Amino acid sequence: MIDYIVPLILLLATAFALRKKENAYNLLLTGGAEGLQLLITLVPALVMLLTAVSMLRASGAMEVLGNWLSPVFSFFGIPPETALLVLVRPISGSAALGVGAELMAEYGPDSLVGRTAAIMLGSTETTFYTISVYFGAAGIQKTRYTLLAALLADFVGFFMASLTANWL
Amino acid sequence: MVMSWIFLGLVGISLGFSLAEGTGGALSEAVAKGAQDGITLSVSMAGALCLWSGVGKLMEKAGITGVLARLLSPLLGRLFPDTKKDPVLSGYLSGNVCANLLGLGNAATPLGVQAARRLAGGRTTANNQLCRLIVLNTASIQLIPTTVAAVRAAAGSASPFDILPAVWVTSLCSAGAGVTAAWLLGKVWPDD
Repeated sequence: MIDYIVPLILLLATAFALRKKENAYNLLLTGGAEGLQLLITLVPALVMLLTAVSMLRASGAMEVLGNWLSPVFSFFGIPPETALLVLVRPISGSAALGVGAELMAEYGPDSLVGRTAAIMLGSTETTFYTISVYFGAAGIQKTRYTLLAALLADFVGFFMASLTANWL
Repeated sequence: MVMSWIFLGLVGISLGFSLAEGTGGALSEAVAKGAQDGITLSVSMAGALCLWSGVGKLMEKAGITGVLARLLSPLLGRLFPDTKKDPVLSGYLSGNVCANLLGLGNAATPLGVQAARRLAGGRTTANNQLCRLIVLNTASIQLIPTTVAAVRAAAGSASPFDILPAVWVTSLCSAGAGVTAAWLLGKVWPDD
């Protein structure tokens, strides 16, 4: 069933666009070009961060961090291997992507750790960045409880990602 | 600026640990390997990212955004009562939520920022509706997490999209928890 969702989206999106008399193929091309532009802006960040994360792994610091946080993580059922991802996710999107990619390469994309990392990445946002962009643009100085509620949402996301990864 | 400090921290900690454990060889090897990994990952993500950005554009122009907006309007009206008397705000808000759902981050941010400016109305203290909007935007709600699927495909996953239901459940719980917390906190937090 789930195997048909993606092909079905492709079919429906094209059919709906044609019904609206839009040039579906041209839209695919313009959107695709935008996607590649986005990728180009991501490449330098991915290179820098994968370098730093790769160094962190080689130095043995990652295991120490994992061991150190492991009791807290285990208590909530979150795999301790994802510690760095959880710490970095609210701060930087490209850093989190780099750390997540490392985890998938190391443990395999279809392993429990790999799946958990992917679900975490797909269901949370770069909280600090989003808050600063929105409040900055709206000229807000007193943000009240926003950060608290947003970080709580992130935590629920990490927790649920670890839970749902087991269901797959 | 934050990222500069994070980079310094990551490199500094690696160097410190490596010195303590005498793993200098592995460390310098890791520098070269990490940089190459960055390029390898970027190249193997390119196909999926290109395809799904195209499909996202297609869904936007095909009016799927409009259908989603109509489906969401009862919920948005409840979360943001101002939308009932301000149709422009309503347009920005539903546009923001729909772009987020379709994974069009580049379209979502400008729309959300416009909605935030209108909600703020020139005041420097965030009101409850504005806080809710931002919490909703920090809890990603995405129907098709294209970038992650691209990373999974690049890592050789057998079925990169099989995480979809888990991502949906997780996103809903996380956004629901955030909005509920914001709603409860909004009742007790002083609005001065």
